[in-house]
Amino acid sequence: MKENTYVVKKDWNSYPLWKGEGPPADHLDIELTERCNNACIHCCINRPAGDKRSRARELDTTAWQGILRQAAELGVMTVRFTGGEPLLRNDFPELYLFARHLGLKVLLFTNATLITPQIADLLAAILPLEEIEISVYGMRRESYEAVTGVDGSYAGFRNGVHCLLDRKIPFVVKGTLLPPNKKEMAEFAAWAATNPRMDSPPAYAMFFDMRGRRDSADKNSRIRRLRISPEEGLEILTRHPDSYRKEMSEFFEKFLSPPSDRLFTCGIGPGCVDAYGVFQPCLSLRHPALTFNLNKGALKEAVGSGFSRLKEMRATNPLYLERCARCFLRGFCEQCPAKSWSEHGTLDTPVEYFCRVAHAQARFLGLVMEEEQAWEVRDSEERIQNLKRRVTAL
Amino acid sequence: MKKIRMDMVLSHSSDVVSREIDGALIIVPLTSGVGDMEDDLFSMNETGTEIWNMLDGTKTVQEVVEALTQLYRAEPDEIGQDVAGIITELLKRRMLVEATAA
Repeated sequence: MKENTYVVKKDWNSYPLWKGEGPPADHLDIELTERCNNACIHCCINRPAGDKRSRARELDTTAWQGILRQAAELGVMTVRFTGGEPLLRNDFPELYLFARHLGLKVLLFTNATLITPQIADLLAAILPLEEIEISVYGMRRESYEAVTGVDGSYAGFRNGVHCLLDRKIPFVVKGTLLPPNKKEMAEFAAWAATNPRMDSPPAYAMFFDMRGRRDSADKNSRIRRLRISPEEGLEILTRHPDSYRKEMSEFFEKFLSPPSDRLFTCGIGPGCVDAYGVFQPCLSLRHPALTFNLNKGALKEAVGSGFSRLKEMRATNPLYLERCARCFLRGFCEQCPAKSWSEHGTLDTPVEYFCRVAHAQARFLGLVMEEEQAWEVRDSEERIQNLKRRVTAL
Repeated sequence: MKKIRMDMVLSHSSDVVSREIDGALIIVPLTSGVGDMEDDLFSMNETGTEIWNMLDGTKTVQEVVEALTQLYRAEPDEIGQDVAGIITELLKRRMLVEATAA
């Protein structure tokens, strides 16, 4: 009994909570519903708010509580409540309180339109311990509702944000770049900067995903038309060219993995439970061969066996082997089994759009020359070092 | 600052929840004001964990000291100092409340 620092405050993000290898997952995505009160033109998941079939299939409160309990027992620290719009569920307050009383932090992804004074009071009384993330679709009613397709949604968003600000509940905002709101970028950035939680310019969703359920060719075709061109995307990403180069230089030095035919270049996970109790490797990857029904087995089983199997999966598509498996941009490009699945219905088909986006950025950084393909580059390490030297000289 | 009395009965505050992860006790705030920031988290050392588990709203501080004295075969004064130290810290952070006042 000689120690005398009994209670130690820890940095939640860097504290090694676990003595051994740690739990199989420290974060879990919970897709409470696929339904949304908005009908955004670019969305990869939303079902109509009143979709009775979806609603009937959704897990009930007790089932979600069981999954949250299992997550806490596994050592999960943070659950992300997302959707669809998670606040559409009437039992959101109950599930939120249940998660927090298990000692879980809650990261809430929302469009803010359903944040009422009552919901805001709840979030102020029992803090989520993570900044709420709000997707913003425009700075004016016309642009906002041209994206969401719902009358009154702009007023709902503004009211929701007001409720949070009024109670000093921490939140950050993210933009979505679409034809109706493209001209409002400066206005959005200026508004975002008034939020003390926004310590850097807001991020934009613009390289949109296809629908993960592969449920609508029409909607996919619309999403394809709404995607920003790689060149225009590059212009936006490089608005602050020096800081972009610095950030990318650090990324390439730290995260690039050697070319390989392994399918998963990401860390895999953190794992997601969809609205109906099906565990999938991440929010976007719904390939039936990679999912696990939690109505028939435990979360521990899903996380444990599932993730180790994914690490060993290899590509067989000849085009993937010829290009992606030899490409030094693999860890940088957004090509992944989830994108391949939503775009082509396979796990290893190159997604041309993301390849073009990655090449546009790599050319800007001087890593790939004009007319050159990244999988043809033989001196990638030297080029990355050159980038680092240029950034150091800035 | 509340003065610690040996006849006090203390229990865990409803402003926090505690979790054990891989053998480590973590105290997670529910309300604001427990930490300096909204997302602070706290861990207990081994002594702290032992004492935390005993402060369950059923024992007086005196009884906790006596139990620990037997467990560790240490001097009551030394144990008393440790218990007073942790209780002071936990009361300051609103992680403990007097059971009768809860």
